[in-house]
Amino acid sequence: MKRELPFVLVFIFGMFMLLQYFVPHEKSEWVYEFFLAWTIIIGIFALALGIWSLFKVSVDKIKMHRPGWGYSYVTLAGLFVMIAFGFTKRNGDAWGLYHLWWILGLLCLGAIMQVRAETNTGRKKMYFVVSLVLLAATVAISIFDNTWSFHFYTSEGLENTLFRNFFDYIMIPILSTMFALLAFFIASAAYRAFRARNLMATLLLFAALLVMSRFNPWIPGAEYVAKASTWLMNVPNLAAQRAIVMGIGLGVIATALKVILGIERGYMGKG
Amino acid sequence: MALYKWFFVLGFIFCLCGMATAQESGVPPDSANIDTISQSIPPPAPVTDLQAFDTRNDHGHSITLKWKKSADDGAGNNSVIGYEIYTWEPNMVDSMAQLRSEIDQVRAAIYGGKKTGEDLKKKIRTLKDQYDILLEQLTVAHAGYPEGGEWRLVDKVPAGTETYVHLGSKEKLAEGYIPDYTDLYYRVDALTADSVVKTPSVVVGPVQCYGQWFNTEQVPVLITVILFGVLILYFVMLARKGKEIYVRPIGGIEAVDDAIGRATEMGKPILYVLGLGSVSDVATIAAFTILQRVAKKVAEYQTDLIVPTYDPIVMSVAQDVVKSAYYDAGRADTYKEDSVFFVTQSQFAYVAAVNGIMLRDLPATNVYMGKFYAESLLLAETGALAGSIQISGTDEIAQMPFFIVACDYTLIGEELYAASAYLGREPILLGSLKAQDYAKAAIIILSILGIIATVLGFTWFTEFFHVTS
Repeated sequence: MKRELPFVLVFIFGMFMLLQYFVPHEKSEWVYEFFLAWTIIIGIFALALGIWSLFKVSVDKIKMHRPGWGYSYVTLAGLFVMIAFGFTKRNGDAWGLYHLWWILGLLCLGAIMQVRAETNTGRKKMYFVVSLVLLAATVAISIFDNTWSFHFYTSEGLENTLFRNFFDYIMIPILSTMFALLAFFIASAAYRAFRARNLMATLLLFAALLVMSRFNPWIPGAEYVAKASTWLMNVPNLAAQRAIVMGIGLGVIATALKVILGIERGYMGKG
Repeated sequence: MALYKWFFVLGFIFCLCGMATAQESGVPPDSANIDTISQSIPPPAPVTDLQAFDTRNDHGHSITLKWKKSADDGAGNNSVIGYEIYTWEPNMVDSMAQLRSEIDQVRAAIYGGKKTGEDLKKKIRTLKDQYDILLEQLTVAHAGYPEGGEWRLVDKVPAGTETYVHLGSKEKLAEGYIPDYTDLYYRVDALTADSVVKTPSVVVGPVQCYGQWFNTEQVPVLITVILFGVLILYFVMLARKGKEIYVRPIGGIEAVDDAIGRATEMGKPILYVLGLGSVSDVATIAAFTILQRVAKKVAEYQTDLIVPTYDPIVMSVAQDVVKSAYYDAGRADTYKEDSVFFVTQSQFAYVAAVNGIMLRDLPATNVYMGKFYAESLLLAETGALAGSIQISGTDEIAQMPFFIVACDYTLIGEELYAASAYLGREPILLGSLKAQDYAKAAIIILSILGIIATVLGFTWFTEFFHVTS
């Protein structure tokens, strides 16, 4: 029963989702939306598991001194600082002991990580005591300092200046930098793809040159080049794309039916 | 120089005079002038043959209007510039709007975390109860037409329009809510350039909207799914009976075993990337089934496996898949829980983390299976620079060229879904692949027939396959 129950559930919900596609009625939509809401709820619980996984992997990396273990401190500091900033907000004009609070909180987490990472019993005890002291100081500040407060379940944490600054001036530039690398990678990938090694690769090279040339008004016969490249894009290219899309469609239906009917069980780790 | 200055001054004065004249002529016409304009445009002919009916194949809360355009729309006096759609509503909708506004204010106060000293949740419950009472009376109030209500403007449409869908909201607390199974009345006014001069149509109604239990527009899809399902079951049954099924070899899938062997020989790990998809994506489900086969081989060969994930639910499922594969291989003791881990839900932060793993751990083989977007080339190029053998598979059309260029083997489109069956070599799964091949053959034949039918003018054939989403 333990093995069969998941497949029974997959069959029931899979069949419902399949039939729901053909039933536009409000009641059918209501059940569909109800199930979708459940996926969000499951996602929130799974996120806690995810954060725990990240914490555990990072701490183990520090413990084992694996290559680049120092960066794990940065990862965890970033994770906890953003959580702390996102759930707190200044009440008045002064910050009070807020900065001291989050620095002590971070040090406390660092000490807890060291407790986990240390194998030496004496040092382990020391870090344990340090983490307890830091935790007490952090809790005391959060109770007695009225210049800021926690804002769980509200959007006010997003108005925290530090949260905004960290996001706008650290997070966004780093993400933009990663995305910008794509330009260089496209160039190196294009070089590899367009080398005329054989007849097919040479044809690909000419097709690519033609398509790239359509935006260049200075080349002789620009009008004809534009027409030829448009034909290339709209006829052979589109035909191939549609053929792939049809194959994908059939593959999706086949996989979905196999999953619903319990023929395909690999996604549950049962081959 | 002086002459030039005089020209400048004269020009300036000339401009000022021009502006003054323009202002004089731009004086708005008084009411007498408006009357003159009104009298100059005769009332247009009304729209005719106005029909109102429930919108088909929907969830209800919607009425479709059809009419024949005014005789003065594009012909006759050519004075019609558009149409106004009106519906009759009882006066109680104003009270409902007031209650909705109060509910919104209280809700905003609750979400904003503002402390007002009163029990806001109790207040919102009371307001909603009042609203529900009015809602129950709404159908009766609509039946009282034309007493106790008035015509309200729904929308304006340009001249030449002959159909309009009054699409209401199904949310009872939304402003545009249209109740089902309630008598509704409509009218369409033909408009002229003068807002005063317009001609109303006859009133149409009562008409009721309601949801349907079957979408007739999707009949071709349903037939296709049933036929395809039957085809799959037929070939699965054939395979179960022991019939030999031949499927063409796919290079990318056959390379998986070699790639795992290479990693074992080199003593380096295998990196398996599940992409950015969620568990609800079929591509991700296919990636899980491939992961199961790969993990089983990895367990048998005693190689390391690294699976960084983008989604926490995907992580949980992948952990279970890998763990089961190790159990199936009889190597449960070598399973490392940390081999599947969560990284982040930020696209480029995920790329940074995975690229870092590639450059630090130098995996012998990188496998990319699932949904990929802009990160595909960033990952694949870094893997190529790190000297790894790379196998990829995605159903994202836009990312396939990047993978084809940067990876050694690429599963194109449906091959991703076929990979699990190929790797397992189980007759039941191979049976479904055969069904896919026959379905593709059917599509090719139908496409050719469609071209011939269109050329010969048999449009009913192509219309049969037409599906409106």
